Amino acid sequence: MKADVPGKTGLGIGEVALVPVRLAMGLIDAPLRWLQRVAGISGMAAFFLMPNMLIFGIFILLPFFINFAYSMTGSTALFLSDRTFVGSEQYARLFDCRNYLDPNTCAEDTFWTAVANTGWFVIIQVTLMIVVSLVTALILNRELAARSFWRAVFFFPVLLSPVVVGLIWKWILQRQGLLNFSLYGFGFEPYTWLNDRNWAFAATVGVSIWAHMGFYTLILLAGLQAIPKDLYEAAEMDGTRPARAFWRITMPLLAPNLLVVVVLVLIKAVQIFDEVYVLTGGGPGTSTLYLTQYIYETGFAAQLRNPGLAAAASILMGVVLVVLTLLQLGLSRSSEKKGARK
Amino acid sequence: MSRVAEFLLRRKGGKGWHWTDIVTWVWLVGGLFIMFGPAVWLVGSSFKSPAALAEFPPSILPYVTQKATVEGYDKPLDLYDVTLPDGSKATLAEVRRIGIISQMVDPQKPGEIIKVNIAERTPVRQMSFATGNYTEPFTQFDFVRYLWNSVFVTVTATLITLVVNSMAAFALSKYEFRGRTFAMLLILATLMVPLSVIMVPLYSIISALGLFNNLWGVILPTVATPTGVFILRQYMLTIPDELIDAARMDKASEWQIYWRIILPLTAPALAVLAIFSVVWRWNDFLWPLIVLSRKELYTLQVGLSIYSGELNVQWHFILAMTVVTMIPVVLVFIFLQRFITTGIAGTGLK
Amino acid sequence: MRKTRTLLAALAVGLLTSTAALAGDVRVMWYSDGVEGEVMKDLLDRFMKENPGINVILDNVAYAVVRDQLPVQLEAGEGPDIARVTGLKALSNHWLDLRPLVADAAYWDTNFGEQADWMRPDGSNQISGFMTQITLTGGFANKTLFDQAGIAIPGPNATWDDWAKASKEVAASQQVPFPMVIDRSGHRIAGPSISYGANFMGADGKPAPLDEGAKTFLTKFVGWVEDGTMSKDVWVSAGGSTYRAGIEDFVNGQVPFYYSGSWQVPQLSTKIGTNFDWVATGSPCGPAACTGMPGGAGLVAIKYTKNPKDVAKVMDYLAREDIAKEFAERSLFLPAHKGVIEKGLDFKTDDAQAKAALDIFVKATTTSSDIAKKMPGWFWSDTVYAALVSRVGQAAAGEMKLDEAFARIDTDIAAKVKDSGR
Repeated sequence: MKADVPGKTGLGIGEVALVPVRLAMGLIDAPLRWLQRVAGISGMAAFFLMPNMLIFGIFILLPFFINFAYSMTGSTALFLSDRTFVGSEQYARLFDCRNYLDPNTCAEDTFWTAVANTGWFVIIQVTLMIVVSLVTALILNRELAARSFWRAVFFFPVLLSPVVVGLIWKWILQRQGLLNFSLYGFGFEPYTWLNDRNWAFAATVGVSIWAHMGFYTLILLAGLQAIPKDLYEAAEMDGTRPARAFWRITMPLLAPNLLVVVVLVLIKAVQIFDEVYVLTGGGPGTSTLYLTQYIYETGFAAQLRNPGLAAAASILMGVVLVVLTLLQLGLSRSSEKKGARK
Repeated sequence: MSRVAEFLLRRKGGKGWHWTDIVTWVWLVGGLFIMFGPAVWLVGSSFKSPAALAEFPPSILPYVTQKATVEGYDKPLDLYDVTLPDGSKATLAEVRRIGIISQMVDPQKPGEIIKVNIAERTPVRQMSFATGNYTEPFTQFDFVRYLWNSVFVTVTATLITLVVNSMAAFALSKYEFRGRTFAMLLILATLMVPLSVIMVPLYSIISALGLFNNLWGVILPTVATPTGVFILRQYMLTIPDELIDAARMDKASEWQIYWRIILPLTAPALAVLAIFSVVWRWNDFLWPLIVLSRKELYTLQVGLSIYSGELNVQWHFILAMTVVTMIPVVLVFIFLQRFITTGIAGTGLK
Repeated sequence: MRKTRTLLAALAVGLLTSTAALAGDVRVMWYSDGVEGEVMKDLLDRFMKENPGINVILDNVAYAVVRDQLPVQLEAGEGPDIARVTGLKALSNHWLDLRPLVADAAYWDTNFGEQADWMRPDGSNQISGFMTQITLTGGFANKTLFDQAGIAIPGPNATWDDWAKASKEVAASQQVPFPMVIDRSGHRIAGPSISYGANFMGADGKPAPLDEGAKTFLTKFVGWVEDGTMSKDVWVSAGGSTYRAGIEDFVNGQVPFYYSGSWQVPQLSTKIGTNFDWVATGSPCGPAACTGMPGGAGLVAIKYTKNPKDVAKVMDYLAREDIAKEFAERSLFLPAHKGVIEKGLDFKTDDAQAKAALDIFVKATTTSSDIAKKMPGWFWSDTVYAALVSRVGQAAAGEMKLDEAFARIDTDIAAKVKDSGR
């Protein structure tokens, strides 16, 4: 019955601290046994689910539904009770375009620019992020001296708040910044990177990877370390080439962690906001204006707020995201099944 | 030095260099520069005076112009290296500057004024740490109070997150019940709703519950993180059901299964979530800024934002306080990070 | 662990109860650009010594809180008792009328009457509060760069074109990257537009479509950004209505002419030190005027307060002539108090350049154009500024042609007017 507590070695103080927790858990057990008798096992499932779903329902789901109600109302008033019902007018305004291929012909041109920018950002950033974190995780999984030091190096930026990340890089990239200063030493003229649409876009991709890759590297590294070493040894004995071992052993066994990473990276990429807001403010022009910034500015930070329009935009964004995730989960499930058949 | 290099570069088996070894070291050393460089610069800059911060070309370490007290002048004067008209060099102190001509004196012979074109002088610089960036905020800034609030929010939110999320993940991974897929989809769907999008409705809810200007108003909306449920559930799915069945045979209650079997086996994932929860809650900014507008409730992040005005931002204070606020999370990470790998190795599960 | 938990529980209980407002508490929401927060704290401490029954709490916040969060609180009928605010007109229906509460309403009318309309609902005679400082946009020249180039600093009647020409010559001769820089803000380019004959206000009090005057200056301005006369860094390397100041380049001696405003004087004084000489120049001229844009932040009482009498006492104290004078002198702000301006004041700085610059701005406040003076008290001014900065920014970044930008400015503003239902 007694399960091994992982990481138990050399944890004297931790063990002592856990004693009251153990006692408490034991005390809760008696009433819960009674509950289990009354409600049955499926009732216990509801019990385990309830606290999370309650908090989740009040603070995440409810606002989401209220948001939906907002998207059907007009005026600049902030509270729902003061607002007027306008039906689908806000959605109509978002979709009011003369030519759907050119954002500039739309009534809300900035919204469509933001949509296009976010699309490009997601495609490029997600791909690069996964490649970079995977390579880093593979390297950190090798026999390295001072591995925990190297792991900390790559994880470090995750500890910084997004605002700080944006600031540091703004200072590095501005015309009088550290990067130009270093390049100046090699004889390059100072260049304002953030004035150039392509460089500014690249900067948002690069900085967001810099800031978050440690997170995903860690998840992938945990997955890699769980792969038994003897599998590789056996493969080596059979004369399997390392590249083949990677595709045949590493990738399939890493798949669950990779799925977690892909889903999280994708979601965070669509939500990109704070760092970019500080770094480029959406500029130059609108070339790094992403959806969340559009919604934030329209609904919350503008001089005359339009929460209705912002809500409509966020509902559209939500719908697209749900479809994307479902697609992704569906794909991975079908590939899992295929893998099982083999 | 060569010993250090040998230690760092030693490889298992001591075989020759493979191309992957080169890639590894290029990646690691490059990573060291790219990841740590900006942070080193951040710490260095936090010791700079406002004038030094605005300076170009920037320096890694803080420098100021050296000063000297010269007889006959009340205030210490700035020192410059000067090229005199006859081509000789000297270190002189500047009395005043009118247009492009600087009036200088030799500190040894204070009587005589020497006129120098400002193009002919460069300041004598010395390293100087503007520790005032750190000490001044502590006098106006109720640091201990803000620290307490931050710790309270972080610790409480993380504990609740761990308990609540792991319970939900347990239910979603180990029980078959109607609506399970629906609940999971709901969580996944909202995983993507960024806070800035639901800010206005969330604000109305907090306000209606009377949690405005209350630390619980900061804590509660963040604890049911869909990300946490997702990570934990994915991990729990890898725990074999046989363990649970065996425990049920032994008449263990469901609660016992949860906390005596599932929780210990999920420890690595819990450690990952704990690290992230601590980092997230510690760095939360936008939401606390909205909920907390009374100074006795400020968290550190909100507290340090008071240096951002409408027309001017006092960067020197913000940088210094950023460094201070970074220290606790760095410590937490150093302490917790070893659990992640040892934990995984210890389970021998997967 | 148990000890920690008890501690945490105690703390939680403490937190839940400590938020209830006590009678006699007056909460002031305050943001700072410089040292004014410390000065205010000092003044309030003295007030509390004089009035032991009233406990004034100064909540220092980020400006973003005042801009984004305070309006939400106010709409919910919550908020502090007193706040330092810039969007005074748009929120004016939340301010408390101090007229029946202050000791001497006539004193307020004579000394703060000029800006009283900036912060009260249209058509009322409410006393909502007073301006903590007046700001005025204006230029700064790097005198040392001009001297080194041997070019005279343009005189008070010089036009924007004269300044552009002179700055360009200086930049060419001194090898600095840009001749001129203007802060990235709609407010900053609205003043020069008025100098070129713009009037943003329609006859009905609602925003008018961009007129020829505004188009003339904005065309000139975008042209300058494109040909490098105006620094690209500030206007192009940001988007939307983001505010960016151009002060860094000026402080580093990288630009001969900087157009910003009076509030930069303390910054320039500490950051430039003795590196070079600089002077305030007032606003360059256009065919219609040589006006800067007045503005500033006001301290207002909020009508949801539970202690209106104590609030009025605090406001009366802070509006006192000697207190207003001390506040302005120590914070290096231009005062709003008429008596203080007439008697003159002695700014507390040992930097002669800063003092001279402040005096120039104090003088310039008297020569603003009538249109510019009306802008701060106009409900739609912020809407106009936001549309100006985001669309002109896009044009300057080369994303949009000027005609398109002008058309977008008009439709953006029209959409806001329609949204508001006014």
